[in-house]
Amino acid sequence: MKIFFHIGRYFLLVRDTFGRPERLSLYWSRTLEEMDLLGVKSLGIVALLSAFMGAVITIQTKTNIDSPLIQAWVVGFATRQSTILEFSPTIISLILAGKVGSNIAAEIGSMRVKEQIDALDIMGINSAGYLILPKIVATMLINPFLIMISMFLSIFGGWLAGVQTGIVDSTDFIYGIQSGFKPYHVVYALTKTVIFAFIITTVSAYHGFYTQGGTREVGISSTRAVVFSNVVILFANLVLTQLLLI
Amino acid sequence: MIEVQGLSKKFGDAQVLTDISAVFQQGKVNQVIGKSGSGKSVLAKCIVGLYTPEEGRVLYRGGSFHEMDVEEKRAIRQRIGMLFQGSALFDSLTVIENVMFPLRMFGKTSRSEMEDRAHSCLKRVNIVDKDQLYPAELSGGMQKRVGIARAITMNPEYLFCDEPNSGLDPQTSIVIDDLIKEITEEFGTTTIVITHDMNSVMETGEHIIFIHKGRKWWEGDRDQLLNSDNPELNEFVFAGSLMRQVKRAMTGGA
Repeated sequence: MKIFFHIGRYFLLVRDTFGRPERLSLYWSRTLEEMDLLGVKSLGIVALLSAFMGAVITIQTKTNIDSPLIQAWVVGFATRQSTILEFSPTIISLILAGKVGSNIAAEIGSMRVKEQIDALDIMGINSAGYLILPKIVATMLINPFLIMISMFLSIFGGWLAGVQTGIVDSTDFIYGIQSGFKPYHVVYALTKTVIFAFIITTVSAYHGFYTQGGTREVGISSTRAVVFSNVVILFANLVLTQLLLI
Repeated sequence: MIEVQGLSKKFGDAQVLTDISAVFQQGKVNQVIGKSGSGKSVLAKCIVGLYTPEEGRVLYRGGSFHEMDVEEKRAIRQRIGMLFQGSALFDSLTVIENVMFPLRMFGKTSRSEMEDRAHSCLKRVNIVDKDQLYPAELSGGMQKRVGIARAITMNPEYLFCDEPNSGLDPQTSIVIDDLIKEITEEFGTTTIVITHDMNSVMETGEHIIFIHKGRKWWEGDRDQLLNSDNPELNEFVFAGSLMRQVKRAMTGGA
């Protein structure tokens, strides 16, 4: 039954988060800071993972469909589809849940145990709004750019690995990534990204906001934030795929 | 003035506060004393609205705080300054930014006026050349003083201090106690100090409430405190050797 308590408290926190901001300009400057901290500073890991995963997808696709009945351009096609539909929006979001989610939970959890959130409340500030809303807006704005960069680098990584290892011809690969392209798939991927960004931020913030105890509990909250964000993302991925693709 | 009427609070099955009623007077340092775990911090958190009591009311200027709507509560809270046990300064902000924080949130003045106000508050607590440092770069006593500066930035009507002397050496404790007393007199605030430090009680206590087992056990002033025949209060007050010497001196050294 405890799960219902947490779900209820999560939605109450989300409601409080969207309460009237005390000073919009201050919220906006915090949003810009968070875009840098949570988004721009994640660019390196996203780029690295995307390029290598794209390369691996290409090599594995080629080795698994090495049949004269299947045309060479299918490798490029499969790399593009895997990247746009699943790898970039979902796997990168899961990785961001680890990096960004633990950061959010640890930051807010530390503020809770050091009574800084109480200090905000006593000043008459909507602490949930001040601490969480800029993070939500920042990730929902910046993550689609991260995912688009990830898509590009993954496909590029796939092309580079395929051409450099000689398993696929450059012309075939490029024909494959252009073949049967549906712009809606990008819209689908970015829609998922925005919803996953909301999940990562709110679930992680929830675990940080209700931390009780000391530094050990901040660590526990951080771990829980990552685990629960991942579980909710996987569940939401299933629902969104059902709703948007079928 | 703050009035508490029949306040009770429990966490789960544990009854922490039972039927507490008290009046905290304006322009005085009101002290809530008691052993660790007696419920004094919970009482303070109920008064400032961080906890909602199961029973009873907290009246600010006659209005019941827990029955107010969000905007009314926010308006009351903007008139409250609080010094936390651990200072609760924002780690990522410098000293001056910490003190300016309430002004940036609610003030309607220019940035230079906010900075002037923050500097005058820092000057008031005798911190003049540390405004660009971060809280982690300050000593415990300095952090408390910055905490006081932040608490008084908005000219509060109500000042709450939760264990203001914890972790401080005796000399710094006296500096903080004097500061709280001076600010109370200067601004005419209703000040509530939560403490178990008897030196602090003897320095600044004008109106003292003793909480024991979650109940208001005793109420009075400093002189009455020293001459009380309440056994639980005496056990708490004269637990330290210094206070026992004071008692012996008062009673003729027996």
